[in-house]
Formats: sequence, structure tokens, C-alpha cells
Amino acid sequence: MLTLFLILFPVVAATLILLIGGSERTKQIALVATLVELAGAGYAFAVFKPDATSQFAFDYPWIGSLGIRFSAGIDGISVLLVLLTGLLVPFIVLSTFNRNYPRPATFYALMIYMQAALMGVFTARDGFLFYLFFEAALIPIYFLAAMWGGENRVPVTFKFFIYTIFGSLFMLVALVYLYYQTPATAGATHSAAIVDFYKLKLTPEAQNWVFWAFFIAFAIKMPVFPFHTWQPDTYVESPTPATMLLAGIMLKMGVYGLIRFILPIVPLGMETWGKTAIILSVIGILYGAIIAIRQRDMKRLIAYSSFSHVGLMAAGVFSQTETGMQGALVQMLAHGINVVGMFFVADVIFSRANTRQLDQLGGITQSTPKLTVYFMIMLLGSVALPLTNGFVGEFLLLHGVYTYNPYLGLAAGFTIIFGAVYMLRMFQKSMFGATTSRTESFADLTTSESWVLIPLVFMVFWIGIYPHSFLNVTEPAVANLMKYIGTTAVSMK
Amino acid sequence: MLPIVLLSVFGIVLLFLGFLKSKAILLPATLLCLLLTLVVNFIDWNKNYVYFNGMLKTNNLSMVFTAIVLGSAFMVVALSSSFTENEESQPAEYYGLILFSLVGAIMMVSFENLIMLFVGVEILSVAMYVLTGSDKRNLRSNEAALKYFLMGAFATGIMLFGMALLYGATGSFTIAGIGSYAANPQVGLSLLLYVGLLMLLIGLLFKVSAAPFHFWTPDVYDGAPTIFTAFMSTVVKTAGFAALFHLLSASFTGVYAFWWTILAIITAITLVAGNVTAVYQNSFKRMMAYSSISHAGYLLIGLAALGSQTKQAIVFYSLAYSVATISAFGVLLLVAQQRSTQTITGEGNIAENFDSFNGLARQNPLLGFAMTVSMLSLAGIPLTAGFWGKFYMFSTAVERGQIWLLVVAVLMSAVGIYYYFRVIIAMYFRDGATEPIQVAPFYRYVLLAATILTLGLGIVPGVLQGIF
Repeated sequence: MLTLFLILFPVVAATLILLIGGSERTKQIALVATLVELAGAGYAFAVFKPDATSQFAFDYPWIGSLGIRFSAGIDGISVLLVLLTGLLVPFIVLSTFNRNYPRPATFYALMIYMQAALMGVFTARDGFLFYLFFEAALIPIYFLAAMWGGENRVPVTFKFFIYTIFGSLFMLVALVYLYYQTPATAGATHSAAIVDFYKLKLTPEAQNWVFWAFFIAFAIKMPVFPFHTWQPDTYVESPTPATMLLAGIMLKMGVYGLIRFILPIVPLGMETWGKTAIILSVIGILYGAIIAIRQRDMKRLIAYSSFSHVGLMAAGVFSQTETGMQGALVQMLAHGINVVGMFFVADVIFSRANTRQLDQLGGITQSTPKLTVYFMIMLLGSVALPLTNGFVGEFLLLHGVYTYNPYLGLAAGFTIIFGAVYMLRMFQKSMFGATTSRTESFADLTTSESWVLIPLVFMVFWIGIYPHSFLNVTEPAVANLMKYIGTTAVSMK
Repeated sequence: MLPIVLLSVFGIVLLFLGFLKSKAILLPATLLCLLLTLVVNFIDWNKNYVYFNGMLKTNNLSMVFTAIVLGSAFMVVALSSSFTENEESQPAEYYGLILFSLVGAIMMVSFENLIMLFVGVEILSVAMYVLTGSDKRNLRSNEAALKYFLMGAFATGIMLFGMALLYGATGSFTIAGIGSYAANPQVGLSLLLYVGLLMLLIGLLFKVSAAPFHFWTPDVYDGAPTIFTAFMSTVVKTAGFAALFHLLSASFTGVYAFWWTILAIITAITLVAGNVTAVYQNSFKRMMAYSSISHAGYLLIGLAALGSQTKQAIVFYSLAYSVATISAFGVLLLVAQQRSTQTITGEGNIAENFDSFNGLARQNPLLGFAMTVSMLSLAGIPLTAGFWGKFYMFSTAVERGQIWLLVVAVLMSAVGIYYYFRVIIAMYFRDGATEPIQVAPFYRYVLLAATILTLGLGIVPGVLQGIF
């Protein structure tokens, strides 16, 4: 029932915000609503029993005769993502406290609707329910980006929208196909439950095209090279809260989909095409990192770094190793925290200096001790310094990729070096050096701004120093999944 | 049966009411009789009746189709006040013709004999020819009516020829008679059957504007008064597909192997032609004409992959499509009327272009929302009825293993999103006229009902299941 609460509460809260209408209080109401949601997600994480089962589950018939059910629950794969979704949104709301967006009721309501859809994606146990939330998440973020975004927002977000819908339509075809392969159940012709998809024994040809149908959908969402062309522009043109939602949570839908659908359902397709997919991911890692080194705009730089990081997560999943998968799950949480922190810092700098161009910034450290420290910690998390959250995830991921193929592991390992190069370059150009006309009177963080970063910094260290509390939760489910993949792949041959 | 009688009688009564000085009574009277017919339609629920020596047959399926047709007509008529308040208009004749055309539509959904199908198609079409030209001072309306009439008469001729050939092959005009003849393809069927079936299909495909028989559609939809375009694109299409479904499923399953490839190719052409051409339109109304062609394509998927799911799929799809289309035309009607600065140019009515919608959502949030929901539904985005319509259609194709057709449909759905979202972008993200559009309260309720219906069917699509 807790899952149902996590999905429905934001819907109710957002609808109330819309009905009440915009006022001075809207921000506060939105913050309270998202904090309640965080409490729910945190409670789920705290009392989650680390085993391979689905917990807090509920299950209602939805379209009875078709066997499609409104069925959701939290298992070891989804628990960290539920936590991430609950955790980030209140800080994203808090990060807007110094800004006044026009039509605040719509703005915050869309954000919270988005949260509901994301919760649904990560907890759905029915294939069509998953698809529904997967698409439903797109509508609020599209409106957020296109109504409050930058100058060029309309064509850019339109491209993003069509691109992602195009991908997920292929997934719909695959889901309908899988659905028709399931045997009849009591009272219904077929079943759309994801566990029933796992039991299917598809022919190798079918596995190949189902693999691609899913892969294109998720690869566009993450994005994996060469499906990334929508991403940098969309991240730059969106208002920062929307960018945070996109980079912090939404791209994880793709990685999650890989683990949830591709690996267990089409193991033979993985065997045939997994190598192609992992090579594309590694190309993305290097490509994104090299482009990031050359960027002048802070937001664009972070966008490319995010593209590079998510490539590593995909590669880790495709390595089909337990460490790779564990790494991907922890790294999804860590990356979400880091990228929201980074985008927030970029937004703070933009709000003060009115520019994000690195060559127009500099010397900010002189007047901003708090910002410097927090920025540095978030940045070190991103470059995977030991004892920060990035290290745990990236180490496990690289270990997984290395086990799969040492050369690919080596190539992917460059991400740590490149990451340090572009991140430290950004820090140096923006924070150190002589002040420019734009950064002369640069004020330090306000209280509300500090309170966005302090909890995130805390999370950076928690995951970095004691990752056990997170790895422990996901481990049984990952081990179970790996065992399952091993046996089904063998039995299908 | 009762609906046909009621509508005919009411139609004649309405024509006489036209003699009254006050025309205000006509609209409520029409709505009332449509509502009454809709209720009466369900009297025979769960019973199968045969009328006129086996000419017409009613069952739950035909009643559901009748209800969709009547419901669509009700909503269209409810939105028609602005057009008929015009001094030159003759509302009594319009409403009378609408009721008569519904008689034809009901015959098309409940025929048991090809003669009845022909009579139904003709009653519906002739009324539509007249309504298309009802804006008689407008050159484009006249052109549209003439074009529709000439092409339509030609198509009907082909259809009638096909029926004659079918009679020659089978010795029967009845659905059951033809069905029992075609049920054994291995004994060697007469060539006349195949030719006749093909010609009959061409005639009906013309009426539902499937490619390559669609060339009349954009001009006719564009030229006709918007309110009758809404009527045409919903009632005619629903009735046409009901007739096609009944014909193919009851008479020609025996020769499925013959016609499914032809129909599948027509489906693919229709999808591509409708969607790709819609992208290049500047006029919203013309875009809706091409969109109606593309939706004919999606509906045809269910027929080309005729199977256990088809009935369900066609009912759901035509309902979802009709509701969304009416609501879109309803908004267009208001916008075109109140945003028009000059009258018709060579390019058509510029108030019907996408630009007229600029900034609409800010001035009229309700209109913007209704339009957005209907566009999302037409584009097939989840949580709207249109998504489940597409879902059912795609299911039929998967069931038959027609994956290539599905891939075409999926690609074209992505194209569809492009042009449906142009309206949403114009309404929300562009600046336009600053004074809000006046919406009469009753009009508002109709749009709201359509929006709620679209969202409701999107969230609980199961309600329609298992009732027929």
C-alpha cells in the first residue's frame, strides 16, 4: 500500500496546488508536499527487507479481460530509484525559492505530477503500467521545459519530445508482442505482468528484434551514443529545475529499463547484440567526455558530462556482471545527487553573474567560502574521488566492464581521467583567477540555497564512506537476477 | 428499428417547424429528439431482432455503433448554434438533413442485405452532399459539394456494380447467403466473387477516405462549413467502418487470404499518405482532413488483421476518434469565428490556420485544455482514449503476426505527433491575440464532457469491455 501512496499522493497534491491557484505560498505548499513524499520514500528505504521479493506491493485488476493489472511494488532493483525520486524533488523545489517563475501553481504542479509518474515507472510490475508511466512522465517535463525555458525552447523541446516518443513506440510494439506470447491465465486471455514476461521462451529471431525495440527506447532516454543529439540542447534550454529532473531522475528510467526488461527477457538477444550495445556505450563515455572538455557554457558542460556518465552505467549493465549491475544501481543514486548539485551551482552562478560562459567568470572564491566548499565537494563526487559517492559506483562499474572485456574496461577507465580534466577545468575557470566585471560583487549562498546543498553534500559522503547501507539493500535482488539470467539463457539454447 | 422510425418522423416534423417565426426552438428540439432516439436505441439491449424480412438486424454491436453515431451527432448539433444563428442559414433544413442522414448511418450499421447497405450509404451521402454546400455564398463550399457529389456518385456506382457481380456469383444479396457461398474457397469460387468484393470494397473505402481513394477529402473537409466537417469526419467514418467490419467478418472470412494483403497495402498507403501530407499543412482544418485520412488507416489495421480483437478495437477506436475530433472542431469553430479579420482568400480561411491558435491557452485555459486533450488523444499519448484505441489496433496486428504493418503504423504515429503538437505549441508557447474568446455556457459543457470522456476512457478503458 505504501507504493500506492507514493504514486497517488503527488497526484493529489499537485491537483490541489492547481486548484488553490498561484500565490506567495505555492512554493511552501509544494515543498511540504514533496517532503511528505520524501518521508514516504525514506520510510520505504528504511524498512525495506533486503531480499529478492517485491515489497509494499498492491495489485488491482485494471482492464480485467485483457489481464492488465494496476500492480506495483518495490524490490531491490527499484528501491534506490524510489529513494532518489523522493530525495531529489524537494531539493529541486527548494532550489527555486529565490526565483519567481510566472504561473507558479502550474509550474510546481507539473513538477509534482512528474514525480508521480517517475515513481510509477520505478515501481510498476505490469508491462503496460510501466509503459503508461514511462510516457506520462514526458508530458509534464515537456511543458515545464517548453513554457519556462530559454530563448530557443520551442523547437528544442519539440525535438526532444518527438525523439523520445518515437523510441518508446517501439517499446510498445515489443510489449504488445510479449503480451501475446504469454499463456492464458484464469479469467483473462493473456498476462502483462513483468514476471510473466520473464518466463517466456522466445525464439532467437524474436529475441533479436525485441532487444532492439527495447534498446532504442531506453537508449534514447538515457541517452546512449548515437541517440544523444536531443540531449545537450534540451538540458541547456530547459529551466534549471526541469534540467535537474531530466538529468537527475528521468535518464535513470532508461538504465532501469535495461535491467528490468532487456537482461532477463531477451538473454539470447543480449548474447548476439550485447557487445554492440556495450561498444556504443563506451563510445558515448569517451565522446561525451572529450566534448565536455571543450565546452564554454557551464550547463552544456554538465550536460555532456552527464551523457558520459550514463554511458558508463549502461556499459556496466550490459557487462552482465553482478558488480557492474550493483555499480549501476548505486551510481544512479550518486549521479542523481551530483548532477542536481552541479546544475544548482551553475544556476546560482548564473543568477548572480548573469552568464554561464566560463571565459566571463572567475575569481568567485574570493567572496564565497560556502559556495566554494560545497561546489568542490559536489565536483569531487562527480570525478569519483575515493570516499565520495562517485567513487563507489564508478569503481564497481569499471570492474564489471573490465571483467566483461579488459580492453573495453581500459577504454571506459579514461572517463575518470577525462572527468577530472573537464570538471577541474570548469572549477578553475569559474572560481579561481582574477575577478571579471560580472563577478566583482558576488554574494555567497543564502540560507535557503545552502540548505539545498548541505543535505546533498551529506549524501555524497554517506554513500562514499559507507556504501554498504545501499549496496546491501540491492544485493539479493541483483544476485537473484544474475542467477536467473544465467539459467534462462542456458535453458533457451 | 425504432430509432430509424423516430428519426424519420422527427426529421419531417423539424422541416415543418421551420415555418415558425422563431427559429430558437429548432436546436433544443433537435437535441431532444436525438437524446430520445439514443435512449430508445437501447430498448432492445441483449436481444437480437430481424426486421423487414431479414433486411435489417439489430444486436448489441449494432446498437453500440448506433449509439456512437447518435452521440457524435448530438455533440455536433450542440456545438452548431453559432453557425445556424447566421441570418441566411436555414436551420430547419440542416437539422432535418442531419436526422435523415443518421437514418442512413443506422442502416449501414445494421444491414443484413446488400440492398440495405446501398440504401443506407445513399441516404447518408446525399444528405452530406447538400450539407457540404450549405454555405451557399461561399465559392469553396460550392466547389466542395460538387466535387464530393461527383466523386461520391462515381464511387457509389462502382459499389453497386460490385453488388451486382456478387449477386451473379452467389445468387444472393444477403450477408448470410454470400457468407455460406464464400465459406468454402477450396471448391473453386467464381471469379465474379473476387471482382465484386473488390469493387464493393472500393466503394466503401471511398466513403471512409482511405488512400488511394482519398483525394476528395481535403477539399471537401476544408470547403464544408466546419460544423458539417465535424459531422462528416465522425458519423460517416464510424458508420463506414461498422459496415466494412460487418461485411468482411460475416461474409468474407472464407476468402480472408485473398483480401487481407490488398487491405494491408491500402492501410499502409493510407497511413503514409495521411500522416506525411498532414505535416505540410498550414490550415488546421486541412490538417484535420489529413488526420482523418490517417485515422482511417489505423482503423483499417483492425480489418486487415481481422480477428477476435477487431470488434473491440473498432468500437473503441471510433468512439475515441469521434469524441476527440468533435472537441477539436468545436474549438476551431470558436477560434475561426472570433479571430477572423478578413474573409476567405485564395488560400482558404486564414482564421483557420495554426496561427489563429497562438496564445489561446493563456486567454482561455479551458479551450486550451480541451484542445490539448483532444490532440493528445488523436496522437495516441497514454492516459487518453486514443492511446487505448491504438493499443487495441496494434494488438490485432500482433495477433495476426503482421509486424511490418505495425512498424509502418508506429513510424506514422511518430509523424502524427509532430502535426498534432503544432497546435499545442501555438496555444501554449506563442503569443497571440489578447482578448479572450467568448464561450457560451452550453458550449463549454459540451467541450468539457468530451474532454472528460476522453480522459475517462484513457484511465479506465475497461468500462467498454464485455458490454457487447
